[in-house]
Amino acid sequence: MKRYSAFAIAREAARYHTGWERAWRSPEPKTHYDVIIIGAGGHGLATAYYLGKNHGIRNVAIIEKGWLGGGNTGRNTTIIRSNYLQDPSAAIYEKSRSLYETLSQDLNYNIMFSPRGLIMLAQTHHEVRGYQRTAYANALQGVKTEFISPARVKQLVPIMDISGPRYPVLGGLYQARGGTARHDAVAWGYARACSDMGMDVLQKTEVTAVRSEGGTVTGVETSRGIIGCKKLSIVVAGHSGHVAEMAGFRLPIESVALQALVSEPIKPCMDVVVMANTVHGYMSQSDKGEMVIGGGTDGYNNYTQRGSFHHIEETVRALIETFPMISRLKMLRQWGGIVDITGDRSPILSKTPLGNCFINAGWGTGGFKAIPGSGWAMAELVAKGEPGPLAAAFGLDRFREGRFIDESVAAGVAH
Amino acid sequence: MGMSTRLATGGRLLNRARAVEFNFNGKRLTGYEGDTLASALLANNQVLVGRSFKYHRPRGIVASGAEEPNALVNLGKGGRFEPNQRATTTELFEGLSATSQNHWPSLEYDVGVLNNYVARLLPAGFYYKTFMAPRAAWKHVFEPIIRQSAGLGKAPKDRDADRYEHFHAHVDILIVGGGIAGLQAARTAAASGARVLLVEQTANWGGRAPADGSVVDGIAAEEWITKAVEDLEKMDNVHLRTRCMGAGVYDHGYALAYERVADHLPANGQPRHRLWRIRARQIVTATGAIERPLSFAGNDIPGVMLASAVRDYVANFGVSPGDRTVVVTNNDDAYRTAIALKEAGLDVPAILDARPEATGPLARRARDLGIRVEPGKGIAKVIGGKRVTSVKICAQSGEGAALEEIPCEAVAMSGGWSPVVHLWSHCGGKLTWDETNAHFRPDPDRAPTNQDGEGFVKTAGAASGEVSTANCLKDADAAGRAAAKAAGFKPEPGDAATAEAEEVQPMLPVWVMPQGAGIAKRMKMWLDYQNDVKVSDVQLAAREGFESVEHAKRYTTLGMATDQGKLSNINGLAVLSQSLNSEIPKVGTTTFRPPYTPISMGSIGGEARGELFQPVRQTPIHDWHQANGAYFEPVGHWRRPYCYRRDGESTEQAVQREVKNTRQALGLLDASTLGKIIVRGPDAGRFLDMLYTNMMSNLAVGKCRYGLMCSENGFLIDDGVVARLDDDTWLCHTTTGGADRIHGWMEDWLQCEWWDWQVYTANVTEQFAQIAVVGPNARKLLEKLGGMDVSKEALPFMQWADGTIGGFSTRVFRISFSGELSYEIAVPAGQGRAFWDALVAGGEEFGLMAYGTECLHILRAEKGFIMIGDETDGTIIPQDLGLDWAISKKKDDYLGKRAQARSHMTDPNRWKLVGLETLDGAVIPDGAYAVGEGRNANGQRNTIGRITSSYYSPTLDRGIAMGLVDHGPNRMGEVIEFPTLGAGSQPIRARIVDPVFYDKAGEKQNV
Repeated sequence: MKRYSAFAIAREAARYHTGWERAWRSPEPKTHYDVIIIGAGGHGLATAYYLGKNHGIRNVAIIEKGWLGGGNTGRNTTIIRSNYLQDPSAAIYEKSRSLYETLSQDLNYNIMFSPRGLIMLAQTHHEVRGYQRTAYANALQGVKTEFISPARVKQLVPIMDISGPRYPVLGGLYQARGGTARHDAVAWGYARACSDMGMDVLQKTEVTAVRSEGGTVTGVETSRGIIGCKKLSIVVAGHSGHVAEMAGFRLPIESVALQALVSEPIKPCMDVVVMANTVHGYMSQSDKGEMVIGGGTDGYNNYTQRGSFHHIEETVRALIETFPMISRLKMLRQWGGIVDITGDRSPILSKTPLGNCFINAGWGTGGFKAIPGSGWAMAELVAKGEPGPLAAAFGLDRFREGRFIDESVAAGVAH
Repeated sequence: MGMSTRLATGGRLLNRARAVEFNFNGKRLTGYEGDTLASALLANNQVLVGRSFKYHRPRGIVASGAEEPNALVNLGKGGRFEPNQRATTTELFEGLSATSQNHWPSLEYDVGVLNNYVARLLPAGFYYKTFMAPRAAWKHVFEPIIRQSAGLGKAPKDRDADRYEHFHAHVDILIVGGGIAGLQAARTAAASGARVLLVEQTANWGGRAPADGSVVDGIAAEEWITKAVEDLEKMDNVHLRTRCMGAGVYDHGYALAYERVADHLPANGQPRHRLWRIRARQIVTATGAIERPLSFAGNDIPGVMLASAVRDYVANFGVSPGDRTVVVTNNDDAYRTAIALKEAGLDVPAILDARPEATGPLARRARDLGIRVEPGKGIAKVIGGKRVTSVKICAQSGEGAALEEIPCEAVAMSGGWSPVVHLWSHCGGKLTWDETNAHFRPDPDRAPTNQDGEGFVKTAGAASGEVSTANCLKDADAAGRAAAKAAGFKPEPGDAATAEAEEVQPMLPVWVMPQGAGIAKRMKMWLDYQNDVKVSDVQLAAREGFESVEHAKRYTTLGMATDQGKLSNINGLAVLSQSLNSEIPKVGTTTFRPPYTPISMGSIGGEARGELFQPVRQTPIHDWHQANGAYFEPVGHWRRPYCYRRDGESTEQAVQREVKNTRQALGLLDASTLGKIIVRGPDAGRFLDMLYTNMMSNLAVGKCRYGLMCSENGFLIDDGVVARLDDDTWLCHTTTGGADRIHGWMEDWLQCEWWDWQVYTANVTEQFAQIAVVGPNARKLLEKLGGMDVSKEALPFMQWADGTIGGFSTRVFRISFSGELSYEIAVPAGQGRAFWDALVAGGEEFGLMAYGTECLHILRAEKGFIMIGDETDGTIIPQDLGLDWAISKKKDDYLGKRAQARSHMTDPNRWKLVGLETLDGAVIPDGAYAVGEGRNANGQRNTIGRITSSYYSPTLDRGIAMGLVDHGPNRMGEVIEFPTLGAGSQPIRARIVDPVFYDKAGEKQNV
């Protein structure tokens, strides 16, 4: 792999950029791999990357029905934070956030991690208490957050109306090293690095069945033939239930559409990411200048990755209250992605009833921020067959034992 | 500059009798009523109107409608300022003020154009390959530069001065697009009796037909349109709207339309925009087609325009795009532009037709007018900086060797037409590739489907891919007929309008001009004008493996500009498919997402802003609270008094006063917001036994019982006192926040699981005002007011009774959330204020003071009573809180019972509720955690407990807290540490104690 750099660009410019090589190969499937990962989204690619980097397992295929990064990796609002309340969540999200800090350098691909700061607004006394509690928890978890005053909120986000008539801002949970990254680049950077390690990213390859023998996985049937494997990892957010069914087990998951939208681009006016859970909306400004806006999930289960409008209305209404100036911006585009929601709204990184088959699912509305950490923890689980400390709490057995990791406690539902 | 390019005649949309003054970049200019801002700018010879996104290249008006990528302006001032407004869809009005965007210091001299000079270093995706070192530089240097140079318009600063509203419409057939196809479809559909809503995005009916010179039913299109509109206006079942754009199509026939009511009449008192939320049985999209540019070197230089736009400006607005316009095309339609220009007295030095032959009737007519027609030719290169000065022409089949240079001020280009398929596609309609016309058109066999699996969108006219007037009309009639039939009506055998068939020479797909252009030329061929995406960028993406059309789009930003690829997408994916040696339909399109063109956030928010943002729920006593210094807190949609501040008092002082007074004398609480749900029916007792952990079926009539509700997962979700009203009827009190949720929860179980149980529920929260009379003097006050017997004997603790007090008809509950002698008294909501006033007046001699929610919280915390949302957070089971006594052992089942038997729920190591007293009397911060030894496997400090409630107790004059602690109840008297936040802060040490701090024996409430 040729390294990317300013010098490489200058060299290529001299020959009109005709010398750039493919970012990732487009190989024919082999008959057998040590590990097959179903799903070339961020989580699947990151799992492959850390399998290679941390565990030396490189005979890996990442199989993708569509185009890599085309699911929720390419549809989210790119928010990165780790100010979670519960210990297991804080651990994996902080691991993830810290990996994001150096990911551009690690991958030699600029994923534009932008630690511009993130505020979760407290707009009721109840929320103030919840976020103060989170700040105390974060301090013991090694996550740097602070509860800040309304005046400080206003200073960080001058376009905000902190004295709105209905829900004045009473404070906020601030994570200075939270922020955003370029979502597509995360998938592309991992794919390029995986391909460079000799792994096969097989796009437009649909898995149609999971093969097993004596309760242990042996391979998958795909639209490009049967491919054998020693281990299988299912990482297919939005379709986890489907693929788990192929592997013969059920998941405690409901799939619903999450709505998002962007405005037309304007000059920089907001440096930090703001989430307002009482009124249900969150907003940041992309490097292109678009206001990137997210809201709630649709109230019904659904597999179509389409926008509906009622949540867009609710979200925009909420954000006009919070940021009156956006009233005169225009919505450029809305879209939907399918998110897998578990009973406790925390993810599943787990062994499964099928031997040597593992699943990574249920990140709900907040999976993008978790990509590196999730990949790191999942790679360890797949490589060793047992979860390491990051994944330990997220096993499927927790639903049977009642050992939930409920984040709705303090954080509301939005991500 | 400054020179008028308005033609002496022509301009069918203009009212030349009314001049309109406007302002662009500080210059005072004049247009006419009927102009768009774009046509008025062109008429003032203002060709340069903006700068592109990435290279800051000069940009001119390209189009005449919603597809315009370049002519975006900052419009208006102050509370009516709006960025990125399209000049081509902005109607001119008196005093309009606009500035151009994305440049510094000025439109003419923009420093950002430096990017243009190093453009070779900035190909598609260059930012993914660099700016990585040093690491901190991205945040502090590179990113700010990128952000500042991107972004187009300025951010609005002021609060929006306009208002917006929502309309709801239910129609049989929604027709989008008021061109001749939309009008014909409406005529046909309306004749069947169906209720028809016809919307047109511009201010004018008729679409392109008048400018194209079409003839319908033997008369000029314009005449036919006027008549069709008149006819439709007369019909009661038809509703017509101009300035109303079909914005989106969603599941099950839900559609969105965006009406720009007052954009052209700012501040006239009307809402600025109106968002139509439409339920239609059938939708017909008659949305026309958009012309495609051609990809030749320098095709982005101001003065290069779509041929159809040039025609529009001449025919509709009487504007000359330049004295000399070179036409370049791959199809017949652009000849109409050449002819229109010539007939307007302007010079057309040449028509460059990429097709090897130019033999159709339009070509003949052009030749007859003396226009030089050059078949097989194209443009090698456009010469010019901020304005076209000439073009170099070449053979289309070659590599671009210039044959000749033709001086000109404008270039009219046409690469063919693409149907507007957006609305068709929003909800899943599929497309098919039409080889003849080289465009994607809707595939009628794969329409978006409704709840019955039937297609609910039809297309009409050019939106179907029809290119001739005759076929457009036929198709529109068929669409109107089909929609009427599908909506359940019988269309009449019709008299659809007709047009003469035209002889058309087939178009020739031309994706790169000339065909063999080398890389240097391809780096100057723009696909996406706004985002600066060139042919070479898409080819680079393909080379680097971004083969999916979605990858190519995201890597190059093709089609991601504010026009969402209306001009660029088809050309871009054709280039991509060529680069991949694939076919266009195999490459496919990116996803069409709502809205069709951007719609204002204000319109989406509608009326719901400020005080109307969400409904405010107020108790009947709200006005009294407000008049008596209440500091309100939002609790759900309610506003409840947090405390009542007297003159000079701080919030804390007010709360302390209220607590002391209630303990020592008499307090009054407006508890009207507490949920009150009537549960009635033969199975009501059985139902409540399932809902509550306690037994409720055996509660005696006249008695009250405190109850707990858990989720299926066993977690405590609500609590409250249940009273049995009669044999069949229970009244369930819930928390304020829980009222609606718990009522929904009850109905969920009754409707989905136990649908055969005979139970009715009614949420009567708002039907009653409820007032808590609390404190040692409570009985004295009620006795003074007179009426029913409220003695301990007649109405003991945890009983209720109906009766009169002070002449009011009341229901009195002897329940207490404060530990004091307490009566909660319900009266009909309409009597609430009067009863409150009577209590206040009568209570004066007993030291009565109203108290708010914070006092309520402190009173209950002093008593060790749990609060839903404080001691619970969705992860707490009753057993954690020492509430085992409220869990019936006699019942087979209740919601949550099985879950509470799971291994983690019965784990003896679960944290349990205790009281906590700081050693020094200080208040522990709410939410603080107690630390144990060491760290866990993830390096986090081990914790052994946390604070759930913490207050300063005025009664005890010290900090008190409740918390959940590892083996807490077994560790009474132990001291644990709570670290605090902030550098150098010391941990707080607290002793584990009983959670009941006050009146442990419960003597005060049971008197």
